[in-house]
Amino acid sequence: MTISYQLKRADFIFKNENDWEEVLSKNLSRTPSELINELISSELKGRGGAGFPTGLKWKLTAEVEDSIKYVICNADEGEPGTFKDREILSMVPFKVLTSMAICGYVIGAKEGYIYLRGEYFFLRPELNKAISEFEYYCKEINFDFSIRIFMGSGAYICGEETALFESMEGKRGEPRNKPPFPSNSGYMAKPTVINNVETLAHTYTIFKYGAKRFYDLGVQYSRGSKLFSVSGDTPKPGIYELELGMSLADFVDEFGDGDTKAVQVGGASGFLVPRKRFNETAIGFQGKLTGISLPTGGSMMLFNSSRSMFNVLDNYLEFFREESCGQCTPCRVGCQQLLKGIKAVKRGEKNAKYLDKLLRLTETMQVTAKCGLGQSVANSFSSIVENFREEMIY
Amino acid sequence: MAKKIKISINGIFVEVEPGTTILDAARNAGVIIPTLCYHKDLCIAGNCRVCMVEVLGQKRLSAACATPCEEEMEILTNSLKVRNSRKHIIELLLSEHNSDCTRCYKNGNCELQELASEYKIMTQDFIRLVPFKNYTIDKFSPSIIKDDSKCVRCQRCVRTCAELQGINALTVAHKGDQMKITTFFEKQINDVVCSTCGQCINHCPTGALVEKNYIEEVWDAISDKSRHVVVQTAPAVRIGLGEELGFKPGTRVTGKMVAALKRLGFDAVMDTDFTADLTIMEEGTELLQRLKGVLVDHNPEIKLPMATSCSPGWIKYVEHLFPDYLSHLSSCKSPQQMFGALAKTYYAKARNLDPEKIVSVSVMPCTAKKFEASRPEMHDSGFRDVDYVLTTRELAIMIKQAGIDFMKLEDAHFDRLMGESTGAAVIFGATGGVMEAALRTVYELVTGREVPFENLDITPVRGMEGVREATVKIENPLKEWAFLDGIELKCAVAHGLVNAKKVMEAVRSGKSEYHFIEIMACPGGCLGGGGQPIPTSPEIRRKRAEAIYAEDAGMPIRKSHQNPEIIKIYHDFLDQPMSEKSHHLLHTQYTPRERF
Repeated sequence: MTISYQLKRADFIFKNENDWEEVLSKNLSRTPSELINELISSELKGRGGAGFPTGLKWKLTAEVEDSIKYVICNADEGEPGTFKDREILSMVPFKVLTSMAICGYVIGAKEGYIYLRGEYFFLRPELNKAISEFEYYCKEINFDFSIRIFMGSGAYICGEETALFESMEGKRGEPRNKPPFPSNSGYMAKPTVINNVETLAHTYTIFKYGAKRFYDLGVQYSRGSKLFSVSGDTPKPGIYELELGMSLADFVDEFGDGDTKAVQVGGASGFLVPRKRFNETAIGFQGKLTGISLPTGGSMMLFNSSRSMFNVLDNYLEFFREESCGQCTPCRVGCQQLLKGIKAVKRGEKNAKYLDKLLRLTETMQVTAKCGLGQSVANSFSSIVENFREEMIY
Repeated sequence: MAKKIKISINGIFVEVEPGTTILDAARNAGVIIPTLCYHKDLCIAGNCRVCMVEVLGQKRLSAACATPCEEEMEILTNSLKVRNSRKHIIELLLSEHNSDCTRCYKNGNCELQELASEYKIMTQDFIRLVPFKNYTIDKFSPSIIKDDSKCVRCQRCVRTCAELQGINALTVAHKGDQMKITTFFEKQINDVVCSTCGQCINHCPTGALVEKNYIEEVWDAISDKSRHVVVQTAPAVRIGLGEELGFKPGTRVTGKMVAALKRLGFDAVMDTDFTADLTIMEEGTELLQRLKGVLVDHNPEIKLPMATSCSPGWIKYVEHLFPDYLSHLSSCKSPQQMFGALAKTYYAKARNLDPEKIVSVSVMPCTAKKFEASRPEMHDSGFRDVDYVLTTRELAIMIKQAGIDFMKLEDAHFDRLMGESTGAAVIFGATGGVMEAALRTVYELVTGREVPFENLDITPVRGMEGVREATVKIENPLKEWAFLDGIELKCAVAHGLVNAKKVMEAVRSGKSEYHFIEIMACPGGCLGGGGQPIPTSPEIRRKRAEAIYAEDAGMPIRKSHQNPEIIKIYHDFLDQPMSEKSHHLLHTQYTPRERF
């Protein structure tokens, strides 16, 4: 099946509009339910990778009765191959801050936090300046909302929302059992909205231009535009805002170097798509119109024929082995077994059939791991091993 | 009451209260779901993933221990998907585990071994991870051995140390494949804030945390004909030992235990109960002296409340975490150490034995007693007062090794001189027992009358509440105690160090009006001690407590000061409580320690 959706560029996020004060005060005069409905009708889905409908998230949190609630901006951008949130925070921080404040207004929170990736320490001074200016304006218009930065310490797992809460509470960054979900019990066991940086940047667009403008971009089930961090074997690495729903073939036409062998969509926890499937793969959230549709946090890594897929997988597994928090068995031990397993096969210590045993193991990890990290190791593992089996063995 | 939730488990329809976990619902419905990181004493971790079940309509499996039931849930606990996953998880755990079971101290009492056996994991498909890692075995503590190669990272020990004991000596460090359970800066257990209570051992599902055992040393001593081996048994051992040897929790096996010890070849089998009574005499007198010092002499050097000092885990805890409150601890040694000091003096003299030839062994429900016996100050007899400390579990092992059919043993009696017990001494094994025993004696010493409680049962200090309080009003005292007339003696009892912390913080804040506090390091007191049979649970501890109070109720003498051997020892040897000789042999001092 060939997908006809084409690559279309968009330019919302980085457009320097300098009108955040107006957007903020305009939207604070609307009712929370109006704002929620606007967000729901835009069909914006979380841009961190998981794709949970943002409007629904706000709605659920708004419905919980509690005098204390929190808004958290997840800026722990750690997925290998992703570097968009950093740019948003340094180029258009006010869009993010404004959306956080509107969210606070909608759900009834007076405090917001930006959980900033440890390696983004250099962003902090400028961001703090922006926050001061922002809070000053909030005071001027008598809107009670404060924002603070919480620095992460460099663990990938802390991008997982409940591990992030634990980290903020001064504990070891380990994912919690779910339920309860953050909308009921998040940071400090209070109702919490946690959104990715880019998601908040999009809500700014929606609250400024209206849901329709956003909805008109993209395709069914995958509305709007999205930032893509393009890296690997490409003549033009960088960050691009594109409409969702394009086919991977189109994407590779634009960004490939003419020799693209495979594209890793969604970073180490995403899927590897081989050339033969470029035409039938669309970038977006799962939906009926698209063939195989891959959600992504925006990481697009291109590999050309000079790359060994064994090395690619080996690299991802090294990453997971180290970045698993280590609390749950399938993830902690599973990652070690996968890594040692492919090496053993490569060295001929285990026969090729052992790969099938490992594939079954990833199925178990997918259904038993406590959080998204362990569950998604299967994605890259199975897509690489199934498509490049011979490279694993010989 | 909220509306009940209807669910089905393997096709069985059940109704449960809202908030019930799938695990509890299944157990109530007669469906067993295997667990590993789950423990009734602890919060839910949901990290081992052994208890995964299938909820129809959901792509992923759910951890039964951590997932609350929801309306109309259809749960499968034995579907193909569940079985395959569960087997995988167990295989993964085994691949990371040093499965050299025949050489493991916990062989035969290991939850991982049971799982492997139940799911018939006969092959070793996954790569063994144990040899690839630099595992450490920490065996430098006199109480606890920690072997990381056997750790399944269920964090039961970490939760125990945090939730039951409030110490956090054991924590999680590092991440991914390096993740491990360790101490502050990965120091040896002996060098950190650990109280050596052994609750981590009691809650460990595998052999990663075990007591340091002295079984071979004791066998050697018994076999050495030139040595005279004396053994003492703590109050809580007699209600725990049976569990290791085929009896139900809460079975009293005092007579069989004595018979077994004699068959093992000990030269004298005597009772820590005797020195428990002695402790009451010394500690009760000390309390009265302190009350006088504070209320009459207004001596600022003398501190109230006075805290009991029978629990060595509690003592080490205070030394680490409340070093400025050491003067509140009673100077009395624990009954074990009193016994040790007397065995090589009083007993040696009475039996005309060379104390150098005496080997003093104790059987304790406790691992902290091992540490206590190794304290350098515990040499007041001129020798090490207690040479070897065995836990209840170690004694059971020796009984099995000796081929003794425990069930068939005829009851036997403790040897004389230091073998007489009272009801007051027996209840030392339960939380609140020392307080109750002390009040029975102190009240009578002061007023000449029995404590004003029916059958001498001071019920306010009994039970399993974390902290309990009681007030005893002293009226019409004897002439020499006239200053106590009308005084309301305020007492507090706490068990589990997390509760001890609450009491100590109340004392530190100056808000407490307590005169006397009893603290036991372990949940339930010694009956739930770190050396007691595994498993432990609130239910098991409740049964053991019932057994202790039944033993007390059945005793002909129930007050320490009426123990004839106590009367005799003061007459023949010690003169009176708090005498110079008592001070030398039965009292001690404490050492401030670091708090990391």
